[in-house]
Amino acid sequence: MTLYEHDVIVVGAGGAGLRAAIAAHESGADVAMVTKLHPVRSHTGAAEGGINAALKDGDDWHDHAYDTMKGSDYLGDAPAVETLCKDSPQETMQLEHWGMAFSREEDGRVSQRPFGGLSFPRTTYAGAETGHHLLHTMYEQVVKRGIQVYDEQYVMELAVTDEPEPEARTCYGCIGYDIKTGELNGFIASGGVVLATGGPGQMYAHTTNAVAQTGDGQAMAYRAGVPLQDMEFVQFHPTTLPSTGVLISEGVRGEGGILYNSEGERFMFEYGYANNDGELASRDVVARAEVTEANAGRGFEDDAVHLDMRHLGEERITDRLENIIHLATDFEGVNPLEEPMPVKPGQHYEMGGIETDENGETCISGLYAAGECACVSVHGANRLGGNALPELIVFGARAGRHAAGEDTGTPQIETGPSARIEDGDVEPPVELGAVKSTSTVADGGTKDDSPRSVVNATLEAERERVDRLMETDGINHADVRSDLQETMTANVNVFRNEDGLKQALRDIRDCRERYQSVGVSDPSRTYNTDLIQTIETRNLIDQAEVLTLGALARTEFRGAHWRQGYQERDDEEWLKHTMVAWNNGDPDLYYTDVLLEGEDKRYEPKIRSY
Amino acid sequence: MSTNVPDTDTENHADTDTENHADTDAQPAPQQRRLAKKRERREHAPQSETNGDTDQQTVELKVFRYDPEVEGKREPRFDDFHVPFTKGMTVLDALIYARDTFDSSLTFRHSCRQAICGSDALFINGAQRLGCQTQLSDLEWPVRIEPLPHQEVVKDLVVDMEHFYEQMDAVDPYFKDEDVPDGLEEQRQDRENREKIKMSTRCIWCGACMSSCNIAAGGNYLGPAAINKAYRFVMDEREDGDVTQERLETIEAEEGVWRCQTQFSCTDVCPKDIPLTEHIQELKREAVKNNLKFW
Repeated sequence: MTLYEHDVIVVGAGGAGLRAAIAAHESGADVAMVTKLHPVRSHTGAAEGGINAALKDGDDWHDHAYDTMKGSDYLGDAPAVETLCKDSPQETMQLEHWGMAFSREEDGRVSQRPFGGLSFPRTTYAGAETGHHLLHTMYEQVVKRGIQVYDEQYVMELAVTDEPEPEARTCYGCIGYDIKTGELNGFIASGGVVLATGGPGQMYAHTTNAVAQTGDGQAMAYRAGVPLQDMEFVQFHPTTLPSTGVLISEGVRGEGGILYNSEGERFMFEYGYANNDGELASRDVVARAEVTEANAGRGFEDDAVHLDMRHLGEERITDRLENIIHLATDFEGVNPLEEPMPVKPGQHYEMGGIETDENGETCISGLYAAGECACVSVHGANRLGGNALPELIVFGARAGRHAAGEDTGTPQIETGPSARIEDGDVEPPVELGAVKSTSTVADGGTKDDSPRSVVNATLEAERERVDRLMETDGINHADVRSDLQETMTANVNVFRNEDGLKQALRDIRDCRERYQSVGVSDPSRTYNTDLIQTIETRNLIDQAEVLTLGALARTEFRGAHWRQGYQERDDEEWLKHTMVAWNNGDPDLYYTDVLLEGEDKRYEPKIRSY
Repeated sequence: MSTNVPDTDTENHADTDTENHADTDAQPAPQQRRLAKKRERREHAPQSETNGDTDQQTVELKVFRYDPEVEGKREPRFDDFHVPFTKGMTVLDALIYARDTFDSSLTFRHSCRQAICGSDALFINGAQRLGCQTQLSDLEWPVRIEPLPHQEVVKDLVVDMEHFYEQMDAVDPYFKDEDVPDGLEEQRQDRENREKIKMSTRCIWCGACMSSCNIAAGGNYLGPAAINKAYRFVMDEREDGDVTQERLETIEAEEGVWRCQTQFSCTDVCPKDIPLTEHIQELKREAVKNNLKFW
C-alpha cells in the first residue's frame, strides 16, 4: 500500500484524459494519469469519423454552434456549445502541430468531409481511423513530457469529504487497485481529480463500446454526490455490424453510402423518414428508421438493413474508408467492395453524464470531469457525428488547465443542487438506490478533513470492500451483468414505452439485490479481472437505474429519447435538464434550466427537421 | 480442470476441419481462405447434424493456465474448455464465454473487440494473432491458446508488456518539430507523403511482431514495432532534417536496424498488415545514404 501525491490526478487515459494531462502539465502542475488499461488501449482509438472544426474559408464557428444546438434538439447549453465550437479549430490544429496524420487535400491542407446534421463539410479526419491517430498522437506528447502514468491501476472510489451538502464537499484524491499486484494505493491530489473515464456502453448487450466502457467515473462521482445529468439520452448508432456491434463509420454515408431495405428501396427517402438529407439525417432519425423497417418486415437477417458503398468505387473507398473494408471483412465476413454491408443500430454514446460547467468542474470542489463521462452539456438530446472528439480535446484541455490552477474564465453554467428549478414527479414501480443503509465512503466519511486522512479513510473502506468480495462465496457477477444488459436492450432502447421502462426498473432492482450476494471466486491477487469486473458491474447497475428513471419521467419525444404515446417535443413542459442525485442512497430526481442564451444571440427552439 | 460440457460432435468437426485446413493452406488472402472455409463448413454441416444428438457444435479450447500465487496453478498447465460454437465466433468470444460460464478466474486482456486496442495478442495454434480478429472457423480444432512467447507470463494469458513499452520509448516516439506555424495554420503535407507513412501509423502496439521475432527474444534489439515507429517519423516530411538525423543515429545504433535478418516473421503476424520488414529495410537504406553523405 502506497500513498502517491500529485497536484493533479487524471483518471482515464483516452482522448479527454490525455489532453487534460498535457494541459495541466503545460500549466506547470505535477500531473499523473491513472488508468485501468494502458493509454493506447483506450476506446478513443476506435472513433472513426472525425473532428468537427470550423477551420476553412466559408465556415464559421457560429454555424457549427447553430448546427450543434439544433442537433441537440435544444437540450444543449449554449455557453458550452459555443465554447466547443470556438475552441475546436485551435485544438484541432494543435493536433496537427503534434504530428497527427490527418488526411490531406491536393494542396497539402487537412481534409474535411460532410457529416450528418452539419451545414458545412467541417469534419476533419484521418482516414476512417481518426480516433486511433488522435489517441496515439496525444499519448506521444505525454511520453515526450515525461508525464507519470500509472497503467493497469483501477480507480475504485473517490476520496471525498462528507459534508451534508454535496456543494460543500471536497475531493482530495482517489483509491487505485494495482491490477498486476493486487495492491491498494492512495492518490492524493492537491489541485484536483479529473475524471475522463468514458461512457457506460456495457450496460447494453449490443454496443459499439469496448468491454472496458463501464462508466466507472460516472458511478463514482454519482455516489460522491455529483448529479448525473440527462442520462436518458443514449445515442444508438445506425450503422453497426449485427454480429458484434462493431461500428461502421458515418463517414460511409458522408461519402455517399446508401441504405436499402430488403425490398431494394432507399427507405430514408421512400418512406419519408428524412426530408432532404436522406442517409445523412441525424443518427437517431436513421436508427429509428432502420428499426421501423425491420419491424415492418422489410429488413434482412438479424433485423439488419443494407449499407451499400460499392458505387463510390474502389479507389475512393480505399483512400478514405479503407479500414471499413477490414472491419466488414474481419467481423462480418462481408467484402464491402463486392456486396452491401448488413447494419443495424447499436448503443454508441451516452449524451448524459457527470454534471459539469464549461471548465469541467463539478459541484464538488476539486472534482472535474471531461469527455463522454461528463455532461457539460454540448450534445443535449442527440450528439452530432464528429462532435465527440472535439469535446475530448476542448473540455479535456480546459479541465486540465483549471485543475492546475489557471484562470479559464467564469463559467455561466451553474452546477449542483442549488441549480434545481423543479422536483421530479414520477412513481417508480420499485424502491431505488441503496439496498440497505450501507453507506459508501463519501457518505460515511471522517471527522478529520485533511487530504491525507480522507484518502486514508477511503483506502481503508475500499480494502474492506475488496476483502469482502474476495471472501464471499457468492454468485458470479457475469450473470447479474448479462441480465442487466438484456433488460436495457429490450426495454430502454431506440423505442421506449412506460411498461417497458417500469419493467426495466424492476429488473435493475432485482440485479441490485442479487448483487448483494456476488463473490469473486478467483482467489488470486495477481491480475484478478474477476474482481475488477465485479466492481464494474456495480457501477453499471447504478447508472442503468439513473438512466431508466430519467427516461420513465420524461414524457416527450426529444432527440434520441422516443416515448410511445408522446410523439412531440414538448418545450412547454420538458425544456429542462434531468438530474439524478444519489442523495446518500435515496436517489433524488430533479430538473435544471437549459441555457439557450449564447454570446450574442438566443437559440430559439425550432422544429428539428433534416 | 474446471469445466466440461457434454462433448457432442466435436470429434467429427475437428476431423473435418483438419482436412479443410490442409487443402486451403496454400491460398493467398486470409479472407478468401476464410470464406472458402466457411462455405465448406456449411456444406459439411448437415452431416454433423445427423451424427450428433444435437445440432449444437462445440469447440474445444486448450488454454494455458498459470498463476504464481495460487495452489495448483504454479506449475503451468493446459485446461480444456468446451464452448458452444456459433457462426462468426472469434477466439476472444470463446474465451469470454469460457470465463463467464465455466471459470471466472480465466484471465486475459481484452477491450475493444475490434482489433484497434491491441490488448489481446495471443499465441493461437502456434501463431501470434489477435483473439478478436481470429475466427474459430479458420483454425484447426481443438484450438490451443497460449500467452505471447518471449515475454514473461504474469498470469494465464497475460504477459508483461514492460519491455515492449520500453523499446517503444527508446526511439523517442513523438513528433519533435518545434518550429510549427502559428495559430490556425497547418503544416502542409503532400498526399503522397501521407500515403507513405500511412501503414506505419496503423500500429496498435499489440506486441505480436516483437513476440514473433527470434532476434528480439531475450535481447535488447529495438524490435519491429519500435523501428516502425521511428520510420513513421523519419519518413514524415513535416519533421525537419536535424531531427531526422538524430533519429537515424538511434535506429542504426547497436540494437537497431542492422540486427534484423529479414526473416519476415513480424510482417507475417502483424494484424494490421504493416509491411514491417520492408520498413526496416528502407531505414537500413536511409542509414547508408545518410552515412555516404558525410564521406
